Amino acid sequence: MGHTLTIVKRELASYFITPVAYVFIVIFLFLTGIFTFYLGSFFERGMADLTPFFVFHPWLYLFLIPAISMRLWSEERKQGTIELLMTLPIPMYAMVLGKFLAAWLFTAIALALTFPLWITVNYLGTPDNGVILAGYIGSFMLAGAYLAIGAFISSISKNQVISFVGSVVVCLLFILAGFPVVLEFVSGLAPQWLINTISQFSFLTNFESLTKGIIDGRFIVYVLSMIGCFLFANAVMVEMKKAD
Amino acid sequence: MAAMIEIKSLRKEFGSFVAVDGVSFNVARGEVLGFLGPNGAGKSTTMKMITGFLAPTSGTAVVCGHDILRDPMKVKAAIGYLPEGAPAYPEMTPWSFLNFIGQIRGFRGADLRRRVDEAVQKTSLDSHLYVPIESLSKGYKRRVGLAQAIIHNPEVLIMDEPTDGLDPNQKHEVRKLIGEMAKDKAIILSTHILEEVEAICTRAVIIAAGKVIADGTPAQLAARSDRHNNITLRVQSRTAGNFKDHVSSVSGVSEVLMVREHDGVATWRIVPKSGAALITQVGALARQNNWEVLEIRLEQGRLDEVFRDLTADATAKAGREN
Repeated sequence: MGHTLTIVKRELASYFITPVAYVFIVIFLFLTGIFTFYLGSFFERGMADLTPFFVFHPWLYLFLIPAISMRLWSEERKQGTIELLMTLPIPMYAMVLGKFLAAWLFTAIALALTFPLWITVNYLGTPDNGVILAGYIGSFMLAGAYLAIGAFISSISKNQVISFVGSVVVCLLFILAGFPVVLEFVSGLAPQWLINTISQFSFLTNFESLTKGIIDGRFIVYVLSMIGCFLFANAVMVEMKKAD
Repeated sequence: MAAMIEIKSLRKEFGSFVAVDGVSFNVARGEVLGFLGPNGAGKSTTMKMITGFLAPTSGTAVVCGHDILRDPMKVKAAIGYLPEGAPAYPEMTPWSFLNFIGQIRGFRGADLRRRVDEAVQKTSLDSHLYVPIESLSKGYKRRVGLAQAIIHNPEVLIMDEPTDGLDPNQKHEVRKLIGEMAKDKAIILSTHILEEVEAICTRAVIIAAGKVIADGTPAQLAARSDRHNNITLRVQSRTAGNFKDHVSSVSGVSEVLMVREHDGVATWRIVPKSGAALITQVGALARQNNWEVLEIRLEQGRLDEVFRDLTADATAKAGREN
C-alpha cells in the first residue's frame, strides 16, 4: 500500500509540474461549458437539473481521457525510466494501480472543478441534488473505465500517438455497443444472446440510467470489474513488453 | 571473502538469438569488477538479468544470499543500479526525484532527508538540486543516476557504462566516487574504456558473443598480450651498427625486430623466449658496446590489444557457428 501511495504522489505531482494538468483542466471546463450551455440548451430548457451537462460526458471523455492515459506507460518506455522503475523494489500491482489511481484522481479534480455549475443550478432553482450526485458518481466511474482502457493500450506501444488513437477507437467501440444502428448491423450475424451481451457492455446504456438519478449497483460492479480486467491486462502487457 | 554476487550459468535468448550464453562468475565484497566486451556482447543483458529487469531463459544469480528468481524483491532492495543512459523522470528536479526513490526504498522523515543529503553531497549535486532534470547537462544527469543508485547505501552496486559521454574531468570524479565506495561493496560496472578498467577495477571479465572469454586482474589480462615482457629500446643508430647480431646472441632472446628508424634513431623490439628476464643483460650489453641508448623499456602488455585479440576470435567463431 505504501508503494502504491508513493507512486500516486509522484504521478500526480508530475501532472502539475508540467502544463499538462492546467491545459487539460482549462480545456475540460471550457468544453463542458460549451456543451452544457449551447448544445445542451441549459437555460432554454427551463429545468433545474444538470442533465445537459452530464449527457455529453461520454463523448467529451472519448478524446480527453486518452490524452491523459496515453503517456502512462508509453512515456515510461520511451524515456527508459521503466528500467529504473522495474528494478526498484516495487511489486507490479503497485506500479499499475498507482499510475491508474493518480490519473483517476486527476480526472476527479477536473470534475470537481465544475462545481460552479452546481452552484448556478441551485441558485436558479431547486434541483434534486441526489440526481446530480448520481450524475457525478456516474461520470467519475465512466472516466475510470476509459482510463483503464487507455492505460492498457498505452502499455502496448512506445508511441504516444498510437496509444491515443488506439484508446479513442476502443473507447468508441464501448460507447457504440449500445447504439441501435450497431446492434441491428450485428443482429444478422450473431445470436440474440450475444447481441444482448454486447449491448449490456455499452457505456451509454449504462451511463444514461445514472444521469437520471438511479444509482445502479450493477453499473458500479460493471465498471469496477472492467477496470480490474484492463489493469490486469495492463500488468501482463508491461511485463511482456518492458524490454522492447 | 564471501561472494556477494554469484552468477550461475545465466542464459538469455531473444527468439533464436542467444544474447547471453552460460555466463558464470562471482564478485566478492571489496571487488570492483570491470565488465568488458564489444557492443552487443551481452553486457547490458547480463546486468538486466541480475537486477531483475529481464527474466533469464535459464540459470540464475544469487545476490547477498537471495536468489533472483525466488526472491526478486529482496534482490532489488539490496542492489543499487544505474541503467544505461541514467534514465530519470525529466520533469522532476533532482531533489524530488531522489525523495521519490528514497520513499520507494522505504525511508521516511528525518532518515529520508539525511539519505537524500548524503547522496547529493557524494555526487556534488548541491548546485543543481531544484532544476528540472531535462534541463541538466549530461554530466549532471549521470550524477543524478548515481545518487539514485547509492541512496540506500547498497551492498551491491551495478552500473551500466557509468562514465559514458562524460568529459575527462567528470570521468575522473565518477571514478573517484566509485573508488571511495569500493571497499565495503561489491561493484560491477560495464565499460568500453580500457584505461578505466586499469584505473579503478580490481578485476576484469571480458565477454564476447554472450560467453565469458577472460577473467582476471587487469594486470593478468594485460600479461596475455604478445608484447608482455618485451623490451623496447631506442638507440642512436650510428653508435650501434652491430646491434641486431649482438643482441640475438644473448641466450633467452627469441627475436630482435626493427620497429622503425627515424632521424638516425632506431627503435628495436626484443622478444624473449617465454619467461626470460633480459633487461639487465641488454643494459649491460649496451654499456660494453658504448651504444647511445635513449630509452629502454619493459613492456607490460596492453589491455586493449588483449581485448581486441580475444573478442575478435570469439566473435568470428560465433559468426561461423550461426
